[in-house]
Amino acid sequence: MTVTPPTVAAETPQRATRRFRTTKGRETWAGLAMMAPAGILLVLFLIIPVILAFTLSFTNARLISPNPPRFVGLDNFVRAFTADGVFVQSVWNTFLFALVVVPVQAGLGLLLAVLVNRRMRGVTAFRVIFFIPVVTSIVVVSILWRFLYQPNGLINSMIDTITFGAWSGMDWLNNPQTALGAIIVLSIWQAVGFHMIIWLAGLQTIPAELYEAAKMDGAGPWRQFVSVTWPGLRPTMVFVLVTITIAALGLFVQIDVMTQGGPVNSTSTIVYYAVRKGYEQQEIGYAAAISLIFFVAVLIIALIQRRLTREKD
Amino acid sequence: MSVFAVIFLFPLVFMFVSSLKPDAQILQDIDSPMAFLPVGDISLDNYFGVFDRVPVAQFLFNSVLVTVLTVGLGLIVNSMAGFALSRLAWRGRFVVLAIIIATLIVPFETIAVPMVYWVAQLPTLVIEGGVLKYDFGWLNTYEVQIVPFIANAFSIFLFTQYFSTIPKSLDEAARIDGAGWFTIYRRIIVPLSGPAFATVAILTFLPAWNQYLWPLMVVQREELRPVMVGMQYFFQLNTAWGEVMAYTSLITLPVLIVFLVFQRAFVSSIAASGVKG
Repeated sequence: MTVTPPTVAAETPQRATRRFRTTKGRETWAGLAMMAPAGILLVLFLIIPVILAFTLSFTNARLISPNPPRFVGLDNFVRAFTADGVFVQSVWNTFLFALVVVPVQAGLGLLLAVLVNRRMRGVTAFRVIFFIPVVTSIVVVSILWRFLYQPNGLINSMIDTITFGAWSGMDWLNNPQTALGAIIVLSIWQAVGFHMIIWLAGLQTIPAELYEAAKMDGAGPWRQFVSVTWPGLRPTMVFVLVTITIAALGLFVQIDVMTQGGPVNSTSTIVYYAVRKGYEQQEIGYAAAISLIFFVAVLIIALIQRRLTREKD
Repeated sequence: MSVFAVIFLFPLVFMFVSSLKPDAQILQDIDSPMAFLPVGDISLDNYFGVFDRVPVAQFLFNSVLVTVLTVGLGLIVNSMAGFALSRLAWRGRFVVLAIIIATLIVPFETIAVPMVYWVAQLPTLVIEGGVLKYDFGWLNTYEVQIVPFIANAFSIFLFTQYFSTIPKSLDEAARIDGAGWFTIYRRIIVPLSGPAFATVAILTFLPAWNQYLWPLMVVQREELRPVMVGMQYFFQLNTAWGEVMAYTSLITLPVLIVFLVFQRAFVSSIAASGVKG
C-alpha cells in the first residue's frame, strides 16, 4: 500500500524553563493515555496473534488437546510442500485465481471509471448501480450465484436463449474444469465497482488544463488517454493492483459457500485450506504454517508490485 | 453503459423477485424474462417461512448489536489514537505510527486460526449465581465478535492524516484558555472532523455487518450468531430456494437502503481510502 507519512506537527522548540518541562511531561502522559486503548487492543488482537501464528507454525499444536504443543522444527513446512498434494493444488488454484482476477478486475474497473467520469445526465445513477454489488455481502452474492449456476439455473437458460439452443450450458460448479472459472466471474462482478471508485478518484486528480492542452495539440481521445490519463493514474494503479492482489489471494467466502473446495479440490485455496485444517481438523500448528506461507507470499507480491511500478517513474 | 448496468443489476433483481414466488414458479420462470418480473403467484409466504425456519429477529438483533458497538467504539478508540499520533508530541510516537502502518499489510485471514486458539484462552468475567467470577475462554460470547475489531490500524491511519490537516494554532489558543488535551480533542478536533468520522464509520460498517469467517469459527451458540452465519440453516435438509431468496433479501435490504440514502458519503469514503492511501 502506498502510504504518505502524515505530517505530524513539528515539536515546539526546546526552551529550558521548568514550566515547559512540566507541560511537555503532561503532553507525553496525555499522548500515552489517549493512545493506550487502541494500543492495547492492537497488541492483544493483532501483534500477539501474529507472533502466535509464527511460533505455532513450528509446533504440532492442536485446537483442543490434552497434550501441550511440541516443537517440531520445519516439519510443517516440509510436509506442506512435499507430502500434501491438496496444499500444492490450493496454492496453484489461488495463484491462478489472482492471475486472472487482478488484470481483468483492474482493467474493467478503469473502463467503468472512464465511462462514468463524464459530465452527462444520469451518470450518478450508473455509479450507484455499479457499486451496488460491493455493498451486498459476499455471502449473499455467493449464494445467489450458486443458484444462478445450477444446471437448470438462470445462466444456462440465458446461454440457451442467446445461442438459440445450440449450447445449453453445463453444471458449472460441479465440473472441475469450470468451477474456478465460475467463481472468478462472480468475484470480478462483485468487487469491480469498488475499484471503479478508486480509479475515478484518481481520474479526478488529473488537472483539466492538461486535457485542454492536449486537445489544442490535436490529440484524439485515445491519444489523450495514453499521454495524459494513464501517466496521471500511476499512483492509483499501484494502490488498485496491490489491494486487488491481496484480496484475491485471500479468497475464502466464495469457496466456503459455493463449492467447499470441490469438485476434487479444483477450487480449494490457501486460506480455505488453512481454515479447514486449523479449524475443522483442529491441526492448528499446521494451519499456522500454511497461514505463514500465505503471509510471506502476500508480502513478496506487494513488495514486487511496488518496486515494479515505482521504477517506471 | 446500459449493458453494464443490466449485468450489474440482474442477479439482485432476480433475488428480490424470486423471494416473492413459490419454488415451483421460480424454476418455471427461469427460461423466460419472467424471471425478472414480479408476476404470477406473488406473495410474502417465503418471508413468513423464513421466520418459521430460523430465529431471524435474534440474528438481526445480534448483527445490529455487534455492528453498532464495533463501529461506535471503534470511532472513539481510533480517533483518540489518531489524535495522540498527530497532535501530541511524545517520545516514540513515530515508532508507534510506523508499526501501525506496517500492520496494514497483515491480512486477517492469516491470523484468524491462531486467533481462535488465542481467544479461547483469554480471561473473561462471568456472573454466576449473583457472584462475579472469572473464567477462561471467549468462545460463544458477544465480546469475541466485537472487541478484536474495535482497534483498526487503517482507521487510526485515516484519523491521523485528517487531524494533521487541522491548524495547530487552534490547540494553542485553547491551551492558553486553559483547556486540557482531552477537552481539545472532544471540543475542537472532533467537531471539525465530521468527514473523517463518516469515512471511518462507513468503511468499518460493511465488514462488521458482513462478518462471516470469524463468527463461523468462534460462535456455535445459535442465539449469539449474526445474520450471515444464519444462512447455513437453509442448506441443512432440502433447500427451499424461495425462502433462501427471502432471507438474503431480508439481510441485504437494510444495507442497500443505508447505501442509497448515504451513497455520496459511501463513494467519497472509498475514494478517500484510495487516494490518500
